[in-house]
Amino acid sequence: MAEYRLMKGNEVIAEAAIRFGCDGYFGYPITPQSEIMETLMLRKPWEETGMVVLQAESEVAAINMVYGGAACGKKVLTSSSSPGISLKQEGITYIAGAELPCVIVNVVRGGPGLGTIQPAQSDYFQAVKGGGHGDYRLIVLAPASVQEMNDFVGLGFDLAFKYRNPVMILSDGVIGQMMEKVQLGDFKPRWTDAEIIKMHGSWATTGKTPDRKHNIITSLELDSYRQEKFNHKLTAKYKTISENEVRFEEISCEDAEYLFIAYGSSSRICQKAIELARAKGIKVGLLRPITLFPYPTKKIQSMLSKLKGILAVEMSAGQMVEDVRLAVEGKVPVEHFGRFGGVIPTPNEVVQALEEQIIKRK
Amino acid sequence: MAEINEIIKPENLVYAKSKVLTDNVMSYCPGCTHGVVHKLIAEVIEEMDIQEKTIGVCPVGCSVLAYNFLDIDWQQAAHGRAPAVATAVARLKPEKIVFAYQGDGDLASIGTAEIIHACNRGENMVVIFINNGIYGMTGGQMAPTTLEGMPTSTSPYGRDIKMTGHPLRITELIAQLPGTNFVTRQAAHTPASVRKCKKAIRKAFDNVAAKKGTSFIEVVSTCSSGWKLSPVKSNEWMVEHMFPFYKLGDLKDE
Ligand SMILES: Cc1ncc(C[n+]2csc(CCOP(=O)(O)OP(=O)(O)O)c2C)c(N)n1
Ligand code: SF4
Ligand SMILES: [Mg+2]
Repeated sequence: MAEYRLMKGNEVIAEAAIRFGCDGYFGYPITPQSEIMETLMLRKPWEETGMVVLQAESEVAAINMVYGGAACGKKVLTSSSSPGISLKQEGITYIAGAELPCVIVNVVRGGPGLGTIQPAQSDYFQAVKGGGHGDYRLIVLAPASVQEMNDFVGLGFDLAFKYRNPVMILSDGVIGQMMEKVQLGDFKPRWTDAEIIKMHGSWATTGKTPDRKHNIITSLELDSYRQEKFNHKLTAKYKTISENEVRFEEISCEDAEYLFIAYGSSSRICQKAIELARAKGIKVGLLRPITLFPYPTKKIQSMLSKLKGILAVEMSAGQMVEDVRLAVEGKVPVEHFGRFGGVIPTPNEVVQALEEQIIKRK
Repeated sequence: MAEINEIIKPENLVYAKSKVLTDNVMSYCPGCTHGVVHKLIAEVIEEMDIQEKTIGVCPVGCSVLAYNFLDIDWQQAAHGRAPAVATAVARLKPEKIVFAYQGDGDLASIGTAEIIHACNRGENMVVIFINNGIYGMTGGQMAPTTLEGMPTSTSPYGRDIKMTGHPLRITELIAQLPGTNFVTRQAAHTPASVRKCKKAIRKAFDNVAAKKGTSFIEVVSTCSSGWKLSPVKSNEWMVEHMFPFYKLGDLKDE
C-alpha cells in the first residue's frame, strides 16, 4: 500500500534516506536545510535500521566522514547549504578522485559570502562546473518538488554506485522548506558486506582477506603519465554518463514557438508563467532539466528548428544560461531572466521578461 | 657456498620481516622514524592476528604512501582529515579496528579541529602521531611543533615565537579530553625505546579491540632531511632538544 504524507522537502530527504537503506548521515547545521539532520535525530534510525547519524564539528569533517564511510562501500549521505557546501569542496574532489559513491544535498541559499538564508540557484557553476580542484564532474540532480526530493535520494544512490561517482542533489530553499504531498518509498534493508561485494565488486575497504590484494582508496598518483591515464578514465566515465543519464521534462512544448528553460523551483514558476502567457496567445513551453550534469544539450538542439527564442529563467545572475548558449550555438536568440539574492521571481515578471527580452526583441 | 647454506636454517633465524609488511621499497629517507613505526604497527597487527580486521587511514605528509608498505586495507585522507575519515570507519564498521596515522603538520596544524573532536567524542580508534617538528614532505617548513629557535625553510633564522607562537604540545591537550583512555609519548631511536614504543602500540590496539575509545600515541621523531643533519646527529639533536620539551612517558592510562 502506497504511503502518502504531507512533508517538507528537507524532512523527506531524511525519511527517504532511512527507507532507502542508507548507512550513514554526517552533517553540520545550516539554514535552510537543518531539518534534514533534525528529522533524522528525531526518528532515531539507529534503533530501526542501524543507520549512523552524526553531527560533525564542521562541514569539512562531515564530508570527510562521508569519504571514510563511502570507502567502506557504505551508502552515505551529507547535506548542507551554500556556505557549507563551499567548505565541503576539498572533500568532494577527493571523493571524485578516489571514485567513491555518495549523495550530497545542497539546499541552496543566496550568496556570495554569508549572503542570505533565502532561496537561490546561484550555486549552479559550483555544482556543475567544478567547485573543487581538478578535472572531475558530479552527477547533479535538480528536484522541483517534494516528491522529487524523496525520489532523488534513491536515484542518487543508484547512480552513485553505478558509476562510483559523487551525486549532488541541487535543491534550493523553496523546495527544502515547502510542504507537499509525497508518496514515500518502501523500506529497503541496508546492504551487508557480502551484498556490497556481490553487487559492486570488492573495491571497498572491508578488511583485507587472503583471497585478494589489499584495497587502497586514494586519489594520489605521483607518476604524471599514470595520472593522465586516470584522467582519461574519468573523462570516459563522464562521457558514458552524458550519453546515458540525461533526464528532463517537457511541458507544453508540442506547439511552442518560445521556450523557457528552468530547473528546480524556477521551473515551477515557469509553469504558471506558461498559463499566463498562453492566455495572451503566446505559444510558450518549458524544458526542465532534471539532470544538470549531464545537461540536456542534445534535447535543446533537437528543439531549435521550431523555436523563435529561449528564455533561461533561474534564481541567479546568469549561470545555467551559459549551458543553454553552448547548446544553441547562436542559432536562436537566448536571454536570461533572473531574480536573485533570495528574491523569487513572480510568474508575471517571467512573462514580461519573455515579451520584452525575446518577443519584442529587434 | 656450502657453509652459507648450512647457516640458512629455520633454527638459526633471529629476525624475520613481518608478513604484514609488503615487499615494496620504503620511500623514507635513511633513519626516518616513519619506517620504524610502520614496522612496529605491522608486527602488532601480525601478533594480534588482525590483518583482516584492520583498516588504516593515512595522511598527507611523507607517510601518505604508508598504504604501499602495510598489507592491509587503507584509505588515504585529505591533509589533516584522517580522524574524520576514521570516525566514519569506526562508526560504520564497528567490527573492524581502525587507526589513523598522522604527521605533526597534518594533526597539529591543518587538522587540529578534526583530531580534537574525534578524541573528544572518544572515537574507537588508534591514533599514531609522528612528531618530527617539521613539514618533512614539502621540504622542511616550520610546523606548529617546531621548537623555539629551530631553523626551517620558513623560519630560516630560527623559529621566532613572538611572530609565530609557541611550539604546540597537542598531546597534553588531547590527554585532557574524556574520550581518550590512553595517551602516551614515545620515541623509537634506540632498541629500548623501540621496544617500549611497540608495547604502547600494542596496548592501543588492544584498547580499541576492547572498544575503550581513543588511544593516542605520539612518537617524537627525527627528520634528517628536514633538519639537515645526518641520521645519527638527528637522534642526538632529538635527545638534546626535543625530549626536554616533548617529555616521554604516559600522559594518561585508564
Ligand atoms: C590542503 C593542503 N595543504 C597543503 C598541502 C601540502 N603539504 C603536503 S604534506 C604537508 C606537511 C606534512 O607535514 P607533516 O604532517 O608534519 O608530515 P611529515 O611529512 O613531516 O611526516 C603539506 C603542508 C597539501 N597536500 N594539502
Ligand atoms: S623528509 Fe623527513 S619525514 Fe620525510 S621521509 Fe625524509 S626523514 Fe622522513
Ligand atoms: Mg612532520
